[in-house]
Amino acid sequence: MKNSNYTATQLSVTCPACGLLCDDVTLNTAPISTLQNGCVKGVTFFEQSLKTTPAAVPCITGQSTDLDSAISAAADILRGSKQPLFAGLGTEVQGMRAMLRLAEKTNATLDHLHSEATVRNTLTMQNSGWLTTTLSEVKNRADVILAIGTDITSSHPRFFEKLVWNSDNLFNKSSPEVIYLGVPAENTKAGIAPNGSQPTVIPAEIAQLPEIINALNALLNNKKINTEHIAGLSVSTLLTILEKLKAAQYAVVVWSASCLKFPHAELTVQSITQLINKLNETSRAAGLPLNSGDGDTSVNNTSTWLSGYPTRNRHFNGKPEYDTYHYSTQKQLSNCDVLLWVSTFNPHPAPDTETPTIVIGHPGMQFDRIPDVFIPVGIPGIDHGGQMFRVDSSITLPLKKVRDSDLPSLNDVITKIEAELLNVHLA
Amino acid sequence: MITLLKNGKIYDPAHSKDGVIEDIYIYQGRIVPKPLGDAKISQTYDLTGKVVMAGAIDMHSHIGGGKINIARMMLPEYQQKQAQETKNLSEPEAHICSPHCSHHATPSTTDTGFRYIEMGYTAAFEPAISPVNARQAHLEMGDTPMIDKGGYAMLGNDDYFLRLLAAQKNKGLDQKAINDYVAWILHATQAIGIKVVNPGGINAFKFNQRRLNLDENNVHYQVSPREILQSLSRAVHELGIAKPLHVHCNNLGAAGNFETTLNTMSASNGLPMHLTHIQFHSYGTEGDKKFSSAAAQIAEALNKNKHITADVGQILFGQTVTASGDSMMQHLNAKHANPKKSVIMDVECDSGCGVLPFKYRDQNYVNALQWAIGLEIFLSVEDPWRIFLTTDHPNGAPFTSYPHLIRLLMDKTFRNEAFAKLNLDAQAMSNLTSLNREYSLYEIAIMTRAGASKLIGLNDCGHLGTGAKADITVYTDLADREAMFAKPDYVFKNGELVVKNGSVVKVVWGATHTAKPAFDLGVEKDLKDYFDKYQTMQMDNFKISDDEISDDGRGSIVVNKN
Repeated sequence: MKNSNYTATQLSVTCPACGLLCDDVTLNTAPISTLQNGCVKGVTFFEQSLKTTPAAVPCITGQSTDLDSAISAAADILRGSKQPLFAGLGTEVQGMRAMLRLAEKTNATLDHLHSEATVRNTLTMQNSGWLTTTLSEVKNRADVILAIGTDITSSHPRFFEKLVWNSDNLFNKSSPEVIYLGVPAENTKAGIAPNGSQPTVIPAEIAQLPEIINALNALLNNKKINTEHIAGLSVSTLLTILEKLKAAQYAVVVWSASCLKFPHAELTVQSITQLINKLNETSRAAGLPLNSGDGDTSVNNTSTWLSGYPTRNRHFNGKPEYDTYHYSTQKQLSNCDVLLWVSTFNPHPAPDTETPTIVIGHPGMQFDRIPDVFIPVGIPGIDHGGQMFRVDSSITLPLKKVRDSDLPSLNDVITKIEAELLNVHLA
Repeated sequence: MITLLKNGKIYDPAHSKDGVIEDIYIYQGRIVPKPLGDAKISQTYDLTGKVVMAGAIDMHSHIGGGKINIARMMLPEYQQKQAQETKNLSEPEAHICSPHCSHHATPSTTDTGFRYIEMGYTAAFEPAISPVNARQAHLEMGDTPMIDKGGYAMLGNDDYFLRLLAAQKNKGLDQKAINDYVAWILHATQAIGIKVVNPGGINAFKFNQRRLNLDENNVHYQVSPREILQSLSRAVHELGIAKPLHVHCNNLGAAGNFETTLNTMSASNGLPMHLTHIQFHSYGTEGDKKFSSAAAQIAEALNKNKHITADVGQILFGQTVTASGDSMMQHLNAKHANPKKSVIMDVECDSGCGVLPFKYRDQNYVNALQWAIGLEIFLSVEDPWRIFLTTDHPNGAPFTSYPHLIRLLMDKTFRNEAFAKLNLDAQAMSNLTSLNREYSLYEIAIMTRAGASKLIGLNDCGHLGTGAKADITVYTDLADREAMFAKPDYVFKNGELVVKNGSVVKVVWGATHTAKPAFDLGVEKDLKDYFDKYQTMQMDNFKISDDEISDDGRGSIVVNKN
């Protein structure tokens, strides 16, 4: 029997299941896996991860093979490619460093599976900028929280527990007032204070948010509005929101670009950030854009310092190029000659395509269409360590290895593919 | 394997060598004495007529961490513009460009390392690491090839420190608690110095204060910037940290701020302090436009106050971006952003951040005068060991404009010709043409090598004596100092030839410089409690282990002893 270094039954871990990156979580590994301070997403992540086999083996066209053969096969496919697409990119900093190195050598285009949402925020930041805050500021300072189009907890389950209804804060602030705008009432229970205080819930369809937020901006700028109602909401309702925001010691406006599923949602994000900027002329307020997961924030940051550009970009003859429109997975699926799909945190399936496909990812992946090469790799924070960016980008935390594993990391595999590509060049 | 650099003209101010002809021997990455007897010399470079200096050290350059990555993310147009053109589009004033240059304000980490080494710089120090963001700063610096690096951790706006200071103000001073915390931060963030940005002001902005003067209290903590500076400069001094407290004064960029700067010099009660990018803090209110040069007063005070050092933060004309921890003043200045966009952040009960693109124009009165003020300070401060050559990259200009700046300092005719092209009203408000000083090569070597190394407390960099790290730059002695400093003949990093004729010939990875003064680990008891109650990360994860920097097989940590 193999010796294990991981006999401890309790491990303090960092949970990569969402952008909050909770590191106050304890994993009990015996007799059964349980999570202390875990949330629904965290429990699902660790359960899903720990039931995979750390001895999963690679496949070439569905046939089991050894790692070296799979790496040769992947390198052969990439060698013949003029325009590979590296998509999915569900990984952390080390994995993304490797992906960028390989992209530079293969003239690849890079796109993350959640970048549709990321790009909405990036475009706003590039067009006008924003004023934002981070989780500890929310915890200690926020006395009004406006959630626009997101209940927050679906994507970031412990937000209210950790940051809003916490009893300890530095400045003895009062219990925050929570306002939901455009969130179904049944999803707002997390916004009920421990003392029973109800949140303000302002109903609206997601598609009406642009209109409502523009009206809020107009009213905040003392513009006259010649109607009683905007998108079904009375002007006085909107004025009440503004009064609360203006009276706050520190108002926090939360949005999730992934929830704003309509064309040119970046303009609505911009409208939210304009509202925040205007508030800051006299009082304090700040934004908190939520992320979508699968390492989106880590990938975006790593890409930015290494290539100079956030996602979506490509490498062409050693030079990075940036285009959020043309370099989307959707657009490039029809242009690329090879798809390299990476998803290490979750078994997200590769998009269905006729294009030769290499999949490097989660050991529990299932396939409708068998990829040309599949290389199972370690799950970051389970099979190996790593570094990951939190939702607010300001904090990077180390992930921990929690089980014995034979699985190579994404970085190991990509490094070997690079070496393979180089060897043949030398020969 | 011994390398011989033969017959070079040596400029090594640490050993008072001002252009003496000498040989240098390199063995195993170090400078060694002339070998005895018949030791075999494996390689000889004939440097007859060449100028030889230690590798240059940039003691203040924003090369890694959240702010600068935000700037990159926000400004893809800088890099895109350059990719489309073979020549840089920005004003020729700022620098000379090669066909594939990335001389823009927000280079990638790879380009940062390459552009530095190509100019003969072998080390650069990130001056504004938010402690909570230190891991990202080290990840980015870890991806910066060719040069050594290090950073200064920002304190003085973090709620932990301000709580401590406020409590002490009521209950009496316990400097030991402050010292232990400062040392703990230095260890936890793997930094080599401590910085304070707008002391107390970034924190005050979170309480909706919009300006903070030196003797004005933070509304919540009821402590003043002066008290913060006293406490931190004393901690740095008592801990024996070589690098004096790095101070970005209150009132950055505001007309009339020179008085704050003058008063700040006295805030440490005679203990060493370094006032950074002092050009941005040397503004008067004279003249029709209520904006004038106070360089003369500032330089006079610097000459008098021997405990104070400063770097200039010179501006040069062209497009750049300002990335600062000073969220309070950057928010105030956001209206001047060009193009008009800004990212402002409140960071984690720790610090702040403000990123604004800026375009300095020679026909703009204020910008032209800023340019002149920086040069006036350079030329009026007498002791080159106490003034340092920086553009506060990228805030005043990209670091790639250093060769141009060196020429402005060394060549009076060139400087006066540039001055004559400025906004006329600004010319009328500057005495620059009456300053006849021209820096010598020896003085440039002090500012960019020996002085910087001494200031930061680097044990074996910035000089060419026996035992020094063999980081060596060789230039051709050209009359055009810009051309000379833009393109060294050779750069050696740890004794290896890495640059030839201004181009990288070998990729290497530098070390991370730190200082680790002793302290009482008992401080962690209170810190753990604080983290558990108020922060959103665990104290143990806040600390960066040595392995995180050295485990990838490229990075390494140097602990400089004092």
